[in-house]
Amino acid sequence: MHASASTKTGRLKSHIAAAILGLSVSVAGFAQTALATTIIAVPHSGLRILDPIITTAHIVRNHGYMVWDTLLSYDADFKPQPQMAEFEVSADQLTYTFKLRDGLKWHDGTPVTAQDCIASLQRWGKRDTSGQVLFDKTESLTAADDRTIVLKLKEPFSYVLDVLAKPSSVVPFMMPKRIAETPADTAITEIIGSGPFRFVKEEYQPGVKAVYEKFKDYVPRSEPASALAGGKVVKVDRVEWISMPDAQTAVNAIQSGEIDYLESPSVDLLPLVQGNDELTVEIMSLGSQTMGRMNFLYPPFDNKKIRQAAMMAMNQKDVLDALIGNPDYYTICGSMFGCGTPLESEVGAESLTKSGNIEGAKALLKEAGYDGTPVVMLQPTDVVTVKAQPVVAAAALRAVGFNVDLQPMDWQTLVTRRASQKPPAEGGWNMFFTNWIVPEIMTPLNNPMLNGRGTKGFFGWPTDQKMEDLRAKYVAAKTLTEQKAAAAELQAHAMDEVNYIPLGQFKIPSVWRNELSGLLKAPVPVFWNIEKKD
Amino acid sequence: MLAYTVRRIFAAVPVMVTVAIFVFLLLRLTPGDPAAIIAGDMATPEQLQKIRNALGLDRPIAVQFFSWFWLLLQGDLGTSLISNTPVTAMIGKHIEPTVSLALLTITLSVIIAVPLGVLAAWRHGTWIDFAVMTVSVIGFSVPVFVIGYILIQIFAIDLKWFPVQGFRSLSKGLGPFLERAVLPSVTLASIYVALIARMTRASVLEVLGEDYIRTARAKGLKENVVLFRHALRNAAVPVLTIIGTGFALLISGVVVTESVFNIPGIGRLTVDAILARDYPVIQGMILLTSGIYVLINLLIDLSYSFFDPRIRY
Repeated sequence: MHASASTKTGRLKSHIAAAILGLSVSVAGFAQTALATTIIAVPHSGLRILDPIITTAHIVRNHGYMVWDTLLSYDADFKPQPQMAEFEVSADQLTYTFKLRDGLKWHDGTPVTAQDCIASLQRWGKRDTSGQVLFDKTESLTAADDRTIVLKLKEPFSYVLDVLAKPSSVVPFMMPKRIAETPADTAITEIIGSGPFRFVKEEYQPGVKAVYEKFKDYVPRSEPASALAGGKVVKVDRVEWISMPDAQTAVNAIQSGEIDYLESPSVDLLPLVQGNDELTVEIMSLGSQTMGRMNFLYPPFDNKKIRQAAMMAMNQKDVLDALIGNPDYYTICGSMFGCGTPLESEVGAESLTKSGNIEGAKALLKEAGYDGTPVVMLQPTDVVTVKAQPVVAAAALRAVGFNVDLQPMDWQTLVTRRASQKPPAEGGWNMFFTNWIVPEIMTPLNNPMLNGRGTKGFFGWPTDQKMEDLRAKYVAAKTLTEQKAAAAELQAHAMDEVNYIPLGQFKIPSVWRNELSGLLKAPVPVFWNIEKKD
Repeated sequence: MLAYTVRRIFAAVPVMVTVAIFVFLLLRLTPGDPAAIIAGDMATPEQLQKIRNALGLDRPIAVQFFSWFWLLLQGDLGTSLISNTPVTAMIGKHIEPTVSLALLTITLSVIIAVPLGVLAAWRHGTWIDFAVMTVSVIGFSVPVFVIGYILIQIFAIDLKWFPVQGFRSLSKGLGPFLERAVLPSVTLASIYVALIARMTRASVLEVLGEDYIRTARAKGLKENVVLFRHALRNAAVPVLTIIGTGFALLISGVVVTESVFNIPGIGRLTVDAILARDYPVIQGMILLTSGIYVLINLLIDLSYSFFDPRIRY
């Protein structure tokens, strides 16, 4: 059992308080004195959906990493490494053989088989965009025996390992065959994985609490942990996720020692924890890219010059200052693939990363013949990390002559509204803003916006054959040098077309009590490798 | 009285049916799509449509209504679209914190506010009356979250007498329960003490001028007997109304306090459900709240006759 000096003082005082009240207040109720091997964590939101394949919500992905395992994982250098399976690639690059390692078991005690993994990949392939690309290129996916999966391609595809190791939504998690056979649009109800933690369904309260216990039969890899790769060695008995909708309450709770880990504190409240020598405050991931997306179907943004004028009117610093404020936690970043990533490129983002080009924007708008058509801009008011961008963008667009109709709404109304392909005056829209964690946009293959598939693509629906050709060129690239060149060419085209407007990168640090050690820097908060001091 | 009670219960049925229809239609007219919540940010329109189909949200509204209403008649509030959990089970898990918090708050409020109100009325126009009314105005005017944060800072962070947040069921012992319920209850009580004290003062002031009070004093009864047996009992009806409706308000509207103290009650459940457009949960919660209001109003009406024998049903 661990108790810091301040906690001991707290106990004494609580005894006094109990005596004053005439009550037998049990100090054992304090969370700080809970089992030393329990990590009490406050994630960035409440867990309400348990199927990591049906949704792309990050909290469900994080839950996925607790319960399920993956065939391959990215290491800290974004290189795919074996996790559940070792792999071999044939000389012609057409056959990939995955051999499941020894000792893999589901949480119900049955062994993990190749058939389970094939069913899991097939379900995932119906939900994930890059999974769909992989299956489009797949000739066959079969089990050579209970532990061997053989993937045969129709043509060489350099990203097989990257796609299988993809760290963010939708992650190809392996599930038992009977569960993986659930239709891809229906949520699974049985939460059985082979990951390092077992989900405790009896203690689950949707949106309030999720509990995970160490899976005692889990056999970690022998390599040291590196991001999501290497040995997932669990060093605590339990992890409890407690949802706290109020940011101030979460900060109070970590200061008082009632919780051990706070994934994503409000930036405004960081000064409260930064001076506390019982806490560690550290950036653990590459952060998120914030961006604006226009609707290509309707005026005024069906006109390329008007889109270009809108982009010229904006600059990242204004947006990031309003959104985050403290420059320690944001990066001016012109790369559509995020900064700090292998494909980072600043091509085409010159005005965005400097101070914009107001005069140029005015001239371009005039040249394009903008007729004052209102720009219906969706402004979510209930999500702290997205509510500042539309306000700043609206001011920038108005400054160069746009007629902006800023429409406040809650986020859920926005996500419904942006799916509407109706004209803006009939319930549609012209522009919205959102954020992506960097691994979700770091390649042309997984960046959801960078395609030209029209109404079948991501909201905004640009029809752009050249974009599709450039994506194909990237997919065909074999070396990193070729990939970088193809990605830069694609970005140049995307910025010229104003496929979307990258508005910079921000990194919100996590906070934890100093009793914890061994936290891994990874795209996803993970709870293996963490020790909690007695 | 039994016939009256039965009549009132039956009269509640059309109220509840009207609420059910109104809530169902209102939610369908509100923008928002639970399928979008489930699918997440990266979903394509095609994927969204598939999830809508799977959830039955693409069916005509009339079909959706009658299938929900049919389940409702069987006592089934449906299943959450988001968490796939039965609504009754969700309410069951969230109602204990809210009800226990409400009971503690009302108890605390009555214990403090009624004597204060009587005292203020008894010493009408003196500094005591002025002090009670000043405290009452402050309690009523300061936002509940401000009081909550101040109490947390002093008693949880600085003095470490209480935890900052959370809830422990009464089944785990009175000590652990009170340890976490005291601060939120005191926070909420700040409003209700103010409200009940003012109402008690006004009601008692009114009856203190009555002839029977003068008679009681002339008989030589002690002042506390005059005040609490004669004056307060006759002043009880409006005070009871305030306590009853206050309790109903506490059950349905303590979401801010639940957030500040991280209490997983039904206020938070309702707000989460609204933000996620989780229709069955919202419908279930509004029906429950309506039912509670109907029940509490009935109990208040019945209790009048206990305090005032002149009232008969």
